[in-house]
Order: sequence, then C-alpha cells, then structure tokens
Amino acid sequence: MSKKSVDAAIPTIPLTARFQRWFGRNLIRAYMVIAFTYLFIPVAYTFAFSFNDSGKSNLIWKGFTFRNWQNPCGAPEVCSALGNSIKIGFLATFFATILGTMIAFAIGRHKFKGRSTSNLLIFLPMATPEIVLGASLLSLFLVFKINPGFWPTVIAHVMFCISFVVVTVKARIASLDPRLEQAAMDLYANEFQTFRRVTLPLVAPGIAGAALLAFSLSFDDFIITNFNSGTVSTFPKFVYTAAARGIPAQANVIGSGMFFLALAIVIAGQLVNRRKAR
Amino acid sequence: MGKIRTPYLLLLPGFGFLFTFFILPILNLAQTSTQTPVGGGDTGQYEQTFRFQNYIDAFIENKEQFARSFIYAIIATVLALIISYPLAYAIAFKSGKYKNFLLVLVVAPFFTSFLLRTVAWKQILGEEGFVVPTLRSLGIISQSTTLTSTSFAVVMGMTYNFLPFMTLPLYASIDRIDPRTLEASGDLYANAFTTFRKVTLPLSMPGVVAGTLLTFIPAAGDYVNASILGSPNTKMIGNVIESRYFKIVDYPTAAALSFTLMAAILILVTIYIRKAGTEELV
Repeated sequence: MSKKSVDAAIPTIPLTARFQRWFGRNLIRAYMVIAFTYLFIPVAYTFAFSFNDSGKSNLIWKGFTFRNWQNPCGAPEVCSALGNSIKIGFLATFFATILGTMIAFAIGRHKFKGRSTSNLLIFLPMATPEIVLGASLLSLFLVFKINPGFWPTVIAHVMFCISFVVVTVKARIASLDPRLEQAAMDLYANEFQTFRRVTLPLVAPGIAGAALLAFSLSFDDFIITNFNSGTVSTFPKFVYTAAARGIPAQANVIGSGMFFLALAIVIAGQLVNRRKAR
Repeated sequence: MGKIRTPYLLLLPGFGFLFTFFILPILNLAQTSTQTPVGGGDTGQYEQTFRFQNYIDAFIENKEQFARSFIYAIIATVLALIISYPLAYAIAFKSGKYKNFLLVLVVAPFFTSFLLRTVAWKQILGEEGFVVPTLRSLGIISQSTTLTSTSFAVVMGMTYNFLPFMTLPLYASIDRIDPRTLEASGDLYANAFTTFRKVTLPLSMPGVVAGTLLTFIPAAGDYVNASILGSPNTKMIGNVIESRYFKIVDYPTAAALSFTLMAAILILVTIYIRKAGTEELV
C-alpha cells in the first residue's frame, strides 16, 4: 500500500467519530492516572517522610536527612516489633502453607463424601469478620488459661491464612492439564513418581504464590493480632500504638523498605515466568 | 481401599486445626454470650445462666454503632466498586502489553503496612497536612471545617484500604470476557452504553459479587479506620467489641455483639447473593 492511499483513507472517518475516539482513549488514560495517583498518595507520603529530619513525632516536615535510613532501628522498639512480625509471619506461613496445600489437593484432586462441606469450612473463616475471629480465639485461650502472646498469635495467623492458601493452590490445581499426569503414568511412572516429578513442579508456582499471600496477610494483620498477642508487639501493633503520639520516621523507613522489597519480589517473579514461557 | 482414605488423610491435619482454632472458639463464643457476672466475684468472672436478654441489651445499647458500621461499609463498598470498575476494565481491555505491570501497580501500595497508610491519610488530611489549608484558602471548605475525625475520613479510609479486594476479582472476571462478544453487540447496533449494560456488566457479575463481598465483610467489622481517622462520634461496632474486651472486660456483651455482627453479615450476604445470582439484570 502506498503512503498516499493511507493519507487518503483518514479523512473518510468523520471528524466527530475521530474526536470521540481520541476523547475516549484519553479519558481512560486520564482516569488511570487519577486512580493510580489516589492509590499511591499515602505510599509517596510515607516514603517522603522517611527522609524527614524529625525528632520523635514525624508530623511536620523539618528538613531532609538520610539518618533514618542509615539507622532504621534508631527508634525504640521498632525493630523488635518488626522482628516479631517477621518471625510470626514465617512460622504462620510455613504451617498454613503445608496444611492448606494438603487440603487443596484433597478437594482439588479427589471426589469424596463431604467435599461440599469441606468447601464450606474453607469459605467460613474468610466470610467471618476479623474481629469475631480474633475475639473468639482469645475467649478460647482464656478458657484454657493460655495467656495471649507469641504462639497464640502464630496459631491465630495459621488459622486465618489456611483458607487463602487453599483457595490459591486449588485454583492452580484446577488449571492443570490432567493429560500431563496420564502421560507420566503411561511412561511407567508410579503414583508417587508422577506426583513428585510432574504434579508438584506444576503446582509449585501456586504454592509459592499462596505462601507469599499468607506471609503478607500475616505480616499486615492487626485486628486478630491485637486480640491474641498480649504484650508481644508486632510492626502493625507498634504503628497503631504510636499513631496517637506521632510515628517515628524509622517506621516510615521500614514501611518503604517493605514496599520496595515486595515490589522487587513480584517483578522478579514476573520476569522468571516470562523467561519460562519462552 | 487406600485410595478412598487418601483425601481424608490429607484433610485431617488442616481440618483438625480449623476445628480446634476456628469452630471451637466460635462455639465457645456462643457459650460466653449468654453468661452473667458471678455474684460477688471479681471483674471478668462470669457464669453460664443462658441469659439471652444479653443479645437484646447489647443491641439496644449499641444500635447506633451497628447502624453506622453497616452504613459506612455499604458506602465504602459502593465507592470502591465505582472507583475499581473502570480501573479493572481499563487494565483488562485497554492496557495492551502493560497489563501485568499495571496489575502489580494496583497491588503495590498494599505492600506498605495497612496501618502506615491509614496514618499517612490521617496526616495528609489533618491540620498539618497540605490538603486542608489549600481547600480553606480556595474557599472550598470553611475555616472551621476539618477533614479528619469525620465520618468522611473514616469512609474514605475504608474505601482506600479495601480497594484491591474489589479491583482484583473485578479484573479477573472482566479479563475473562471475550472481546468478540462486545464487538458482536456493536454489530447488532447496540451503542456503547447498551453494550455495557447488556453484555459487559452481566458477564462481569461474578467479579462484582466477589469484590463487593470481599470489601463489605472486612469493612463492616473494621475498627482501625474508625479509631485512627474518626472521632468518638464515628465509633463502629468493632470499636465497641474491642473496648468491651480490653477496657471493660465485659466478655458476654462482646460475645453477643460479635455474634449479632456475624449473623447480620451472613443474612445480608445471603440475600445479596440470591439477588445477584437469580435476578435478571435489566
């Protein structure tokens, strides 16, 4: 096609239609810019104020400094709270991922009596408000004279993370092509070999995703933690308590650090997926 | 023989855990909700007397906070839907090769702590922030109007914090729509609005239902936004349950309130699913 005919084709589209199309496309773009600005305002604010040369209360801009980033543990209790959050997060993720993955395989791979009841039992914790989950578990601990603290918090987190693990892993299992396993069996792999060499590697990204989700849910949880942790501080608890008198800039450093770390993990995961897809 | 047992063996540890730490606590909570204080006992000592009046007392005493919880949660859910739908639609249909990148951007803000973001809103909208003085100097709000400690701030905080729970399911179901169905609708002389109403929206209903539930349920039980961004006049039922537990050690009332909240949510959700599932969207 010559250039001339292309040029000649454009004026045949009525001007109003062209304007409408231009308007439509840019309206969507403008909307996305506004929506993402809204989403990122508090993140940008948190990041900006991590460089604030503030004293104890990080409310008003007092000047730029790198000091908070050089010494993120500078404020009292920030790092011990963060350490607890990480420990609880890892333990809860470990147990929830194992228990949840087993349930997901049972529901996703087997037909058995009570399957719909099982699905209901998985759905219920997700449909129960966090405050009810937290309050009821605390009542149980009190009945058995167990003091709230580190391990009760881990138990509480495993409890609410299991359902999310099941749902995530189950979705991955459902998307598997059953012919791959049949092929393995045809090639004389026994059931265990098929599971270890074919099924598990294929489900692994789903399990990894579920574990990441469980960790972020556990790490960010406040309501259930607040009920069951007693005197043990976690990062969200620290922020909540500090909110009344102003949060130290070090908390902003940790929040921003978490943001960039998680972003890096997600982007790395996407790059790995893309390379695999090739 | 072994085959029949496999699923039950896989379920056993997880369900054992859920039974002990989810079902049992809920049953115990039901038990607590009808207790009364031990005569002459210390604070925090209760005995079972099957006093169902606890429920009525608790409800009447806190009906304002109940109403507020549900009104706030419904407004926040609707706002989140209005904000998320065009966003999810644009990511699914209009973003081309940037689709995955934009999805990461939707989730990214939620990697900073939920509480830090809420506190950030408090400071942005607060007296020392830049929003209030700007609006005042432009004459949009009066000198005495504040943005924090209002129901506006609480609802805004809830909308913001639960937004990805709305956007992601919406995106998942809109992304599954075959764009050819939209073309077909256009070919049959439907205009853009009719196509949206008759094709896109009905096909994306599973996402709308999932998103609204995932937003509404945590919003109705939330008390963090209300206590950081609100005032005593914006207390929600979550705030009441929390203070009954920790400040007043009134376990029966807290338990009765928790149960009423759960029942109310379950009833609303059931009605909603029925309506959304069966009724034709005209």
